Amino acid sequence: MNARSSLAVRMARVDKAFGPVLATKSASLEVQLGEIHALVGENGAGKSTLMRILGGLIAPDAGRVEVFGREVTGWTTRAAIQAGVGVVHQHFMLVRPLTVAENVVLGQEPKRFGLFDKAAARRAVAELIERTGLRVPVDRPVSELSVGGAQRVEILKTLYRGAKLLVLDEPTAVLSPVEVRELWGVLRSLQSGGATVVLITHKLDEVMEISSRVTVMRRGETIVSIATRETSPTELARAMVGRAVALASQQRQAEPVKQKGSALEVRDLLVAGARRARAVDSVSLTVAPGEILGVAGVEGNGQTELVEAIAGLRPASFGSIRLGGREVATFSVRERIAAGFSHIPEDRQRRGLVLDYSVAENLVLGLQERFCRHGILDRRAIAERARRLVAEFDIRPADAQAPARALSGGNQQKVVIAREMGRDFQVLLAAQPTRGVDVGAIEFIHGRLREARAAGKTILLVSADLNEVLALSDRIAVMYGGRLVALLPRAEATVEILGAQMTGAGRKEAA
Amino acid sequence: MSVVDLVAQVVRIATPYLLAAAGGVIAERSGVISLTLEGFMLGGAFTAALGTYFFHSLALGVLCGIAGGLLLAGIHAGASIRLRADQVVNGIAINLLAVGATRYFLRIAFDSASNSPRIAGFNESPGLVGLVENPLVWAGLLALPVAWLMLNRTAFGLRVRASGEHPEAARSVGVPVGRVQLWAVLWSGALAGLAGVYLALDQHQFSDQMTASRGYIALAAIIFGAWEPLRAGLACLLFAAAETLEIHLQGTSLVPPQVVEMIPYALTIIALAGVVRRVAPPAALGRAQE
Repeated sequence: MNARSSLAVRMARVDKAFGPVLATKSASLEVQLGEIHALVGENGAGKSTLMRILGGLIAPDAGRVEVFGREVTGWTTRAAIQAGVGVVHQHFMLVRPLTVAENVVLGQEPKRFGLFDKAAARRAVAELIERTGLRVPVDRPVSELSVGGAQRVEILKTLYRGAKLLVLDEPTAVLSPVEVRELWGVLRSLQSGGATVVLITHKLDEVMEISSRVTVMRRGETIVSIATRETSPTELARAMVGRAVALASQQRQAEPVKQKGSALEVRDLLVAGARRARAVDSVSLTVAPGEILGVAGVEGNGQTELVEAIAGLRPASFGSIRLGGREVATFSVRERIAAGFSHIPEDRQRRGLVLDYSVAENLVLGLQERFCRHGILDRRAIAERARRLVAEFDIRPADAQAPARALSGGNQQKVVIAREMGRDFQVLLAAQPTRGVDVGAIEFIHGRLREARAAGKTILLVSADLNEVLALSDRIAVMYGGRLVALLPRAEATVEILGAQMTGAGRKEAA
Repeated sequence: MSVVDLVAQVVRIATPYLLAAAGGVIAERSGVISLTLEGFMLGGAFTAALGTYFFHSLALGVLCGIAGGLLLAGIHAGASIRLRADQVVNGIAINLLAVGATRYFLRIAFDSASNSPRIAGFNESPGLVGLVENPLVWAGLLALPVAWLMLNRTAFGLRVRASGEHPEAARSVGVPVGRVQLWAVLWSGALAGLAGVYLALDQHQFSDQMTASRGYIALAAIIFGAWEPLRAGLACLLFAAAETLEIHLQGTSLVPPQVVEMIPYALTIIALAGVVRRVAPPAALGRAQE
């Protein structure tokens, strides 16, 4: 057997342009049969494009793609599925009202007398669950599953279609530490069953833990491909960004700074959510000026509602919110902004930006009135501010007239951060400030948060990324089931302690 | 008037609603807005009158009516699925087109601005006999159970539901979403066309704008029925019962007939506002596909 025939994937000199932008430039990727291969790179580096070409969602402009030794350049999704390529997308491709079984068989439904054979579908899926250990309730609508459960359904979908090559796009972004462990277990057992896995990620600790080989992409090019045990996170980060980077886990927080400024005090806050009457259940917390209070927790435990209630986007049913002793709970969003609140929303595309507006327009959203003369927008002042912020926050491309939609995720996030931090504020509510953002941008955003802290700002940080919370916070709170179940100084917090609290395990021990 | 006669009258009024709703519920669940039922129905009524009159055949008239609905449905599908036009704007345009086109061809075919000459129909006798001998009434009563079966017990139905809720997900597993929606819209065109056939044959003529918002009432029934075929069917019967009531109240000053006419729309607003229970439309309803 020659080296070529032991390859699951061979992509050679693949080019793909979207308009004038080259998403991949002569990119190459070789994945051995049966290995777990990590594909890393910053946002916009071309990882997803390369994988979409592999999965048949888009065709390359040039280059050659081979899967299991067969030339398949420019194939269709259907052909890719038939050949055993299964893609688990970053945003789940699940139909929420349909049951687990229905989602799994969709597109390849078992039939009997021309009708959809529901019983056969349930049997097949139950058997698959039994065989793989991917536990999910077969008859439950997907809308009732946890994020981890939904991801298991996605993997089941690919296996039902006979996937031998599994591509996972940022699978851990939404998982708790426990669920991440489970996922690694599943991937390892699939691997020992002969499957090949390509894992897209930008968390380097994951690369080190799970992969046997890693390929780094930067600006559309594949920079290096190396056995994981022969490299280190620092080396990978350098390859990704093209220069040395300080990784969050390697940075130490400076000593607390005592500053004059206004503290944020939240007392007995009760907020109703879409699904639960007490999405935030009697939460009290205080953040001092010059302090970052990090709120950790698995998503969906009330963090979103907490931040939105403090920002004024969601009504609180009970409780008080004070800034520097002044009650603001009855203030409108605009009044809160005037009082000194800034808010980096967790979903930049839904809450943070108007995607069809230009970068310059997005930078004055909510501040339009300050950029008006006699009721008419002062375009020159807006352009001037945009020029300054684009430079200061390193927004790329440096074209303030480009629509926000045209920017990569990391640069969209920089636009939001530039707007919220590029003006006077006292309190910053930072929700998932680096979600889906690449290493270079994370370093930049973390730097800005530290500067704000040093300048005496009061910062409430909510993040599903434990490393981020640990790297930035002076004190760390954990939310579980709408309540604050733990509040520790940074020095006493570890991934293990926080991880246990996040899954409610800590509460049982305490009781 | 006996209870049987009353029920017969309700069913008679409900038949076009049932037929159109059975088509529309499939189109809506596939993600395409069914404002167009009104236009499909009017087109079907006209081509049915045309076919029946010139071919001297009820069967050919029925087929022509279905074809009329299909023709408009094809235009709607082409614009809103293939060319990704806004479904509401395009739907209104289709309905206006149906009014204008039927008027134009009415003049050409029958040299009249108001109605066609008298055409044949099914059994003329009033009451129960005329009802049970009209195959379109049976089609109406069966249409929503069939739609239910289609939606919940066929692979096509599963794909329809997936397309209307999360088309990207459907596409990612190889479901041809555009084609699924095309079939769903054509199905709604055929059934709304059939509803038009029923109207034309029942009144023995085509008259200008004879559908008189019945397509919108069918859409209201779909929404009031929370996009579930069987519930939509009950809503059709409820609206028809309200109209029957209105007819019998005429001449009394108990309730003004205008109030009864408002009932379907008022109930739809109440249902949409979630007064009783929140009803959620298919998540991707009306969204143009990439």
